[in-house]
Amino acid sequence: MKQLFELFISFARIGAFTFGGGYAMLPMIEKEIVEKKKWATSDEILDYYAIGQCTPGLIAVNTATFIGYKRKGILGAIIATLGVVFPSLIIITVISMFFEHFQDYTIVQHALGGVRVAVAALIVHTITKMWKQSIKDWLGILLFIFSFIAVAFSDISPVIIIILGGIIGTNKNMRKKADAK
Amino acid sequence: MIYLQLFFEFFKIGLFAIGGGLATIPFIQNLSDKYHWFTTEDIINMIAISESTPGPIGINMATFAGYKVAGILGGIIATLGEIAPSIIIIVLIAHYYMKFSEEAIVRASLEGIRPAVIGLIGAAAFEVVKIALFNIESFLQSKAILDFFDFKSIVLFAVLLFLIQKYKKHPILYIVASAVIGIILKY
Repeated sequence: MKQLFELFISFARIGAFTFGGGYAMLPMIEKEIVEKKKWATSDEILDYYAIGQCTPGLIAVNTATFIGYKRKGILGAIIATLGVVFPSLIIITVISMFFEHFQDYTIVQHALGGVRVAVAALIVHTITKMWKQSIKDWLGILLFIFSFIAVAFSDISPVIIIILGGIIGTNKNMRKKADAK
Repeated sequence: MIYLQLFFEFFKIGLFAIGGGLATIPFIQNLSDKYHWFTTEDIINMIAISESTPGPIGINMATFAGYKVAGILGGIIATLGEIAPSIIIIVLIAHYYMKFSEEAIVRASLEGIRPAVIGLIGAAAFEVVKIALFNIESFLQSKAILDFFDFKSIVLFAVLLFLIQKYKKHPILYIVASAVIGIILKY
């Protein structure tokens, strides 16, 4: 019971401070789930992102479901997911009841201007950390560059890039193993 | 029964929208064509509010749309509808991931997938940095190179990056502090 409650609170905290899409959640997940609670490793988070990217649904939700399931099975999956959406339910309901033009207030715009910069700095920091941990050789660097350029400057679907990464990884690592034998 | 309809429609969105929250917009547009639940202005407002409030954009949109159609309970039902497919699908996948993630072939493929995913996240970060630190629009209008850089934001970005790397405090602290700085210095 206590563990379920902890799952809910951690994910509610993540949901309450995510500004932007699922990627904006990453620094928070790194801190809260990987470093503080040690519920998953950085590599696992990347795997969840990859799977979340290729399956239906929102990445933020998929990641929460995954970690919840790993911790406490199906009930954990449900509780973690409810946790991540809980702040949205409250905040959006209140805003749509009382502040139809919430985003037009100058104070909100200034605050968001600051928050955007913080999100940019946090995500850049998280990427450098993940880079150090998960990119181990030249092939990894090439895969990173290819994937970055493909998504930033073309319309290639992330799903295709992930599948390609999987095929290349399998090829290289299985061959390495065969050579070792 | 409006609640059942809401749940079902948003269940479909959760099932078919692959990728980020913005991928749900065409589906919501489709709902307004089908049921006349919202006007175009409603949808534009919905996107603006979802992007400027905490929480994943897709969830914010679902809550907002549900509220518009059927009040507080509508918001809750639409959101639950949207996350239900994820829970079902990911639980199934997670079950097999736990079982097979240590298999040699799965590990080998994941080693290629991880750098690719970091690249994907890098591309998303690139978009955020572009919007947060540069004034592309005013540069295109004035063609003056100095207009291109948002110096106030670049300074804050550099300071934050330094502090994050040095002190490793919780991201919430940096976000709240930046919101306050944003208000005081009119970002």
